[in-house]
Amino acid sequence: MSAGKLQLLYFAGLREKLGRGNEEVELPAGVADVAGLRGWLIARDGVWREALAGRSGLRVAVNQDMADESTPVKAGDQVAFFPPVTGG
Amino acid sequence: MTVRIQTADFDLGAEIAALRAGRRDVGAVASFVGLVRDVNDGAQVGGMTLEHYPGMTERSIAAIVEEAVSRWNIVDALVIHRVGRLEPTDQIVLVAVCGEHRGEAFSACEFIMDYLKTRAPFWKKEETAVATRWVEARASDEQAADRWKREAGS
Repeated sequence: MSAGKLQLLYFAGLREKLGRGNEEVELPAGVADVAGLRGWLIARDGVWREALAGRSGLRVAVNQDMADESTPVKAGDQVAFFPPVTGG
Repeated sequence: MTVRIQTADFDLGAEIAALRAGRRDVGAVASFVGLVRDVNDGAQVGGMTLEHYPGMTERSIAAIVEEAVSRWNIVDALVIHRVGRLEPTDQIVLVAVCGEHRGEAFSACEFIMDYLKTRAPFWKKEETAVATRWVEARASDEQAADRWKREAGS
């Protein structure tokens, strides 16, 4: 992965809803945390707004650690969005 | 401490034999094996596919095992979780803990399993007669994991 980019991952039902499992994007201007990144993705509208807006069940991990809305996001990070886990 | 994510089945007896081989200080082995049931939420289940987040899965389970080690006096622990397609009666997950005494082995085993259910990034998609559906997370699993927080503070 190129150092300046954000790697975004989507899993399970969210991956199916969005029609993709991963993408690389330039860190959007003004985005500094998970809340900002989620807002930027929601602004894509359509299925993105539907899948990512107002979902209290949505989980986020930054660099493979569980994160919350205030977790910082910077260029080079891997950010994953997914539904509550159901393993075991 | 060992964490394995694999599509292949596992043999409980062989895994425990390997875990405690040569350990003369082990007086107790507690283990849990999770299985695929043929019914869930009122529907017959013909099979399921387990998806995970490679990298974070191993990392999160290792962190759970490390937390168990810090809380109980255990000698060693093993976690195996299968991914891919599974059918009713198949084994899904194994947690095995070796300790000097049963109490700590039992507690650590249950703790690892409860935390794995709510923190490790796996997702099950079930096949029923009419459709495939993503399994919903259960509040009872969150409550089981939360129990360990309260006990830690007491």
